[in-house]
Amino acid sequence: MSGPTDGTVVPDPDAWRLEDTGQVPVEPTATHPAVRRAVIEVADVWKTYRSGTLRVDALRGVSFAIGAGEYVAVMGPSGSGKSTLMHILGCLDVPTSGTYRLAGDDVSTMSEDELAHVRNRRIGFVFQQFNLLASLPAWRNVELPLLYAGTDRSERRRRALEALDRVGLADRVDHRPGELSGGQQQRVAVARALVTDPDLILADEPTGNLDSVSARDVMGLLDELHGSGRTIVLITHDAGVADRAGRSVRILDGQLADATPAGVAG
Amino acid sequence: MNLLETFRTGLGAVLSHRLRSTLTVVGIMIGITAVILTVGLGEGAQQQVGSEITALGSNLLTVTPGSTTSSSGIRGGFGSASTLTVGDAAALTSKVVAPDIRTVAPADSASESLVAGTTNWTTTVVGTDPSWLAVRGRTMTQGRFIVAHDLATRAAVVVLGATTAQELFGFRDPVGQTVDVDGVPMSVIGVLNSVGSSSSSSSASDPDDQAVVPLTTASAILFGGTTRNSVSQILIQATSAASLSAAYQEADAELLNLHGITTSTDADFTITSEQQVLSTATSVDRTLTVLLGGIAGISLLVGGIGVMNIMLVSVTERIREIGLRKALGATPRVIRRQFLVEASVLGTVGGLLGAALGIVGAEVLPHVISDPITVSPVAAVGAIVVAVVIGIVFGVYPASRAAKLPPIDALRSE
Repeated sequence: MSGPTDGTVVPDPDAWRLEDTGQVPVEPTATHPAVRRAVIEVADVWKTYRSGTLRVDALRGVSFAIGAGEYVAVMGPSGSGKSTLMHILGCLDVPTSGTYRLAGDDVSTMSEDELAHVRNRRIGFVFQQFNLLASLPAWRNVELPLLYAGTDRSERRRRALEALDRVGLADRVDHRPGELSGGQQQRVAVARALVTDPDLILADEPTGNLDSVSARDVMGLLDELHGSGRTIVLITHDAGVADRAGRSVRILDGQLADATPAGVAG
Repeated sequence: MNLLETFRTGLGAVLSHRLRSTLTVVGIMIGITAVILTVGLGEGAQQQVGSEITALGSNLLTVTPGSTTSSSGIRGGFGSASTLTVGDAAALTSKVVAPDIRTVAPADSASESLVAGTTNWTTTVVGTDPSWLAVRGRTMTQGRFIVAHDLATRAAVVVLGATTAQELFGFRDPVGQTVDVDGVPMSVIGVLNSVGSSSSSSSASDPDDQAVVPLTTASAILFGGTTRNSVSQILIQATSAASLSAAYQEADAELLNLHGITTSTDADFTITSEQQVLSTATSVDRTLTVLLGGIAGISLLVGGIGVMNIMLVSVTERIREIGLRKALGATPRVIRRQFLVEASVLGTVGGLLGAALGIVGAEVLPHVISDPITVSPVAAVGAIVVAVVIGIVFGVYPASRAAKLPPIDALRSE
């Protein structure tokens, strides 16, 4: 894992701070240089979709960085390119041009197998649709990333139960998703996201399908994870949700718009 | 992710779609059962033919009247002429003329009605001489066979086959009883041994259901007509299986000579060996086996396409699951393996059940259709292997489709 200053990719090591809302990072040790290393470094990323003669630039030269321990909200209306950005950040897709470094490693040129490995070890996903497997009990859902990581059986179960305990579902480990409320399902998904202890938790509209009480629950959980030093990137179009993040990044028409409007952060 | 885990995941997926998996398995099972039973039926028939060859002895020749090669168009069809006589048979017994012939038995037969008391039974009545017993390789279970004296005196005596005796007299002792053959009262002097009923296409009649009378009695009293001296068959037993072709040559040459025929293509008789008849029967059975096996193979193919169909449906239906698994770190290879395992589980279970059903069917069916079915372990194991292979082969395409799905497309789909 290289430091942030060795690359020509991000000319300014503090580039990620350019769009800072001015908030003081919650991370207590934020002043330590090691914490300042970027988990995400995106430099001039383009994503172009071609369908026949039609050419759509979903992302047009996006550059930004997110430091370790940051809690960043990516906001934008639908069609703005925020889903595309999320897919690229999640290594579910690769940029057409530009570079993306995740924890120092350039993932833009990785093979499909390498990307699978990165997704498995470094990223925890929380989706709007929860995306739990209906046929598996909660703890089996949570252990899935460990299964693909090759962790052995007893260790998998131990860690899955631990993660479920962290999200407050220790008494629901054998319930299938169908037997859980939406909020509980999303908490299972959060447990699954953190079970591998990833560098980055990527939450795509995690509260989009939840009632306000469950939404507050899940957001509280993300706050808690952030409090314990995790890097969280939250994709949302809900300003109220984005407010919980330390910083907001706005995206519009495939480009970063200006940072958080004045007055929102406070 | 190791193979055991892949297997667990695949098995879990199969079990979570019970009805669908069951139906797919039934498709394979029917195919495998059909293959095992048809192959077993074919093998059973061939084994039966094989044992008949052994039972009949491989050194038997049968001379029948008429020609099978009537290129000139003058001669009558096979068996239509009455060209064979008792004299022909007598000539062939000469050790000088035919040193490779051990025994000769002329025979004439007709279907007659037998009456014992109030019981009526129609069967084949064979008129022959004492050597018939040895030529046919039969023995007596009761009483005695026809002797030379019976022939000389045209004795009204009859020897019954086991089935015939049973039909006419039930469990009473038939020896000494009187049977009306075509209205002529004859006394039963013996009962032939039972050789077991035959369903082989080579034997038109059941060797256990016949009545044997002296040839002289038959031609004088029973069959009558103008062909008193003629016989419908001359059975020849060669000295050994090895001398069969020599015996054939001798009989052919002598009969051509006796009948004054110079070219063998004009012969007014035909000599066949039982082996020829049986090998024809065997090849007919084999053709049938191939035909039935082909149909069974097609049903297996249909079963395989069923597996493929279900797996494709499964891939489409579980597109989100595949996307999620990929997002969580499953490599394309792991996804492909998972679906291959699912397909081969379907194939294997179908194969095992099909083999079990086939073996049960092989035990039960012969009681219904009276044809033996022989299931060899090789065929059973082979069928299971085929089922597994079908599962894998027809699972490859759906599995690679699943593996190739981009995770975002998979996650996006609703």
